Amino acid sequence: MKTVNLYFQVHQPWRLKVYRFFNIGKDHNYLDDFTNRAIMQKVARQCYLPMNALLLNLIKEHKGAFKCSFSITGTAVEQFRIYAPEVLDSFRALAETGCVEFLAETYSHSLAALSSKEDFVEQVKLHTKMIKEEFGKKPVAFRNTELIYSDEIGEMASALGFKTILAEGAKHVLGWKSPDYVYTNAIDNRLRVLLRNYKLSDDIAFRFSNQGWDQYPLTADKFAGWVKESAGEVVNLFMDYETFGEHQKATTGIFDFMKALPAAILAQGDMKFATVSEAAKASQPIGVLHCPHVMSWADEERDVTAWLGNELQNEAFSKLYGLKDKVKALKSADFEYVWNFMQTSDHFYYMATKWLSDGDVHSYFNPYGSSYEAFINYMNVLADFEIEVEKALAAKKSRKKEVATA
Amino acid sequence: MRVLMFGWEFPPHIAGGLGTACYGMTRGLARNDVEVIFVMPRASGDEDERFVKVVNASDVEARYCDGSVEGADDIMRKISFIHIDSNMVPYISPEEWATYREGYERTGKKFWEKKGDSWTQRYTFSGKYGANLMEEVARYAVVAAEVARQLDGQFDVIHAHDWLTYFAGIAAKRVSGKPLVVHMHATSFDRSSGDNIDTRVYEIERAGMAAADRVIAVSNLTRNICIEKYNIPAERVVTVHNAVRFAEKENEAPERGVEDKIVTFLGRITYQKGPDYFVEAAAKVLKRVPNVRFVMAGSGDMMNHVIRRVARLGIADRFHFTGFLKGDDVHKMFQLSDLYIMPSVSEPFGISPLEAMRSNVPVIISKQSGVAEVLDYAVKVDYWDVDAMADAIYGFVKYPALSKMFAKKGLEEVIGLKWNNAAAKIKTVYEDAINECK
Repeated sequence: MKTVNLYFQVHQPWRLKVYRFFNIGKDHNYLDDFTNRAIMQKVARQCYLPMNALLLNLIKEHKGAFKCSFSITGTAVEQFRIYAPEVLDSFRALAETGCVEFLAETYSHSLAALSSKEDFVEQVKLHTKMIKEEFGKKPVAFRNTELIYSDEIGEMASALGFKTILAEGAKHVLGWKSPDYVYTNAIDNRLRVLLRNYKLSDDIAFRFSNQGWDQYPLTADKFAGWVKESAGEVVNLFMDYETFGEHQKATTGIFDFMKALPAAILAQGDMKFATVSEAAKASQPIGVLHCPHVMSWADEERDVTAWLGNELQNEAFSKLYGLKDKVKALKSADFEYVWNFMQTSDHFYYMATKWLSDGDVHSYFNPYGSSYEAFINYMNVLADFEIEVEKALAAKKSRKKEVATA
Repeated sequence: MRVLMFGWEFPPHIAGGLGTACYGMTRGLARNDVEVIFVMPRASGDEDERFVKVVNASDVEARYCDGSVEGADDIMRKISFIHIDSNMVPYISPEEWATYREGYERTGKKFWEKKGDSWTQRYTFSGKYGANLMEEVARYAVVAAEVARQLDGQFDVIHAHDWLTYFAGIAAKRVSGKPLVVHMHATSFDRSSGDNIDTRVYEIERAGMAAADRVIAVSNLTRNICIEKYNIPAERVVTVHNAVRFAEKENEAPERGVEDKIVTFLGRITYQKGPDYFVEAAAKVLKRVPNVRFVMAGSGDMMNHVIRRVARLGIADRFHFTGFLKGDDVHKMFQLSDLYIMPSVSEPFGISPLEAMRSNVPVIISKQSGVAEVLDYAVKVDYWDVDAMADAIYGFVKYPALSKMFAKKGLEEVIGLKWNNAAAKIKTVYEDAINECK
């Protein structure tokens, strides 16, 4: 019996407003409220709401035979709460069916795994707590930001109690091996690793509406045939949730495709849907996955150069995490809030200077005119944040002194 | 005394320092009883005309093939020499051409030979520095000749600013027979790195100075370049240092956001302005003192390079970029600064340190700037000497007494640099030129 594992990533960053040098020290509102609200409400209308309704119908229709999994970032949930609470309700309705699993990830969709274990643990714990509160269940499977994975990252996740982790079925890591089996982490063999079948996943996520593609148009039956043909025990279809209705607009027929897909796959016989944790348990691990270097699901290179690939990104990253101890010492919810959204990987993505094969994808997501503008804006915000942190620390110290002398 | 002045820009529509200098100068000249007719391409209509009469070159109908425009051919020849495309000749719309052509066929009258009004054409100038600059320069010269012809007898001397207007000045001189004074605000050698100069511009500058009765240089630095690199006889080149004019009312100082000392670079981020040296000095200072912030205000072709360098040095949390600033923001930036640095590799004059001093900000300037010749209360370093620059920055940041002294004395000094005085010198230059021509 082959397992089909559908997993969707839901994320929205808090976008920064144009923050100039003259704002430093005076203006402590860093967010572009208008853009954040406009984008969130647009995507909710075009993607989250119709797609959640569609999935809910599929689950009811197939009476438990259709299943899928989600991970939703903390920054996305924060924006749901204030701009589109009905989206959160519809996710809860999905959670209540018992056919949907919610995964853990980093709270801010951050690169904390590349900073330090401490930062990583804090981000994951924060996210786990949030998911438990929102959807009632503590997650047991983990996916790191942008499927950033290495043996060490897997070990860190395992130490936090997760049984399963998702990663990219990257060619340079797998070699001749197939992504369509369950693997285990190289350091901690108890942790099961599920690898994305990027060919089949991208057929839906990227190529679906491409009229120049020789397989266009893609029908549910055709796709179900491909899934059936692929050798292996588990087919991992991982993609951005925004694929449905946002990257692939409703007019491309993506919703009709998804509506028909479960029936088409089940009709092939000898295949079933499973959530991430079920899929990991459904078959025995076939081997150990060695991944000493960090990989991700982004760009042609499947590495982390989209976020930490040039001196601008490295500088912003090191200056941000250099503030960590001071922010932690404050123990203030207000500062933690800013600290969290400043960590979001999208800010670093905007500073990328690689514009060859993946320039299209980069510029699609980028609100800035250039990487340099993105860098300047981010550093200006960070400068003000640092000043505020220092001020708050000084105030805290003097309060302590007063208490001591009194 | 009346002067016909050719410029390229005038406040409020300015792309560089030339417009500001022209404004101060015309005001100063007016105070010295000199009338100025200022010719510029595409006047916008909202220039301050209290002291100067702005003639919009786009409003003047120039006659092409008009026999009275002596030397027009010669200018055309010069233009073709600097490789101007064919459409630099004054053109008319296809419809107009068709009308004239039809008239010629019907009557057999050769309209292009007829004197006077038959073929007049308004040339619309973009008035901005752009890709078709050479074309504009050429067309401007043709219009200039017409302006000079129409204003015949209304001026005693012609004054042309920078190479952009030199052909215009030459043309006007040919038409009117009045003496020509050209004003060197910058040379090709200031605009390029090393000796890789734009030879087309160099030729225009040389031709302008050679044809002129007097050359005004904005500093001794520039004067020497005129003499040595353009072979202009030393007795014809006069140095008149720029001055600076300030708004009467002081703007309220903006509220400071940061307590750290702010060290500012303000200008185009190009090779000529030496932004790299500012960055290197900043890195040296930041190693010693944490409570300083460096600001680079402006934009330019080296901006991305500088940002990358700042990131690589790991000082991006203390080194800020504002992008291009204009109007009030420039003033605000000066007022927020504790120290101003102009590390120019080559600066014919450099007015920005004076604006900083006016805002009570001490300045460090490079020895390779013209303004260094007129200032005593400014620290002067070689632009490449980043150690000396870092030393000076450290001193100003660490020792408030030094900052206070330079700010106070600097303000006195800069207030003494009046356009009235500079204009009086320019007037003397005019008189010399006129007397020589008699």
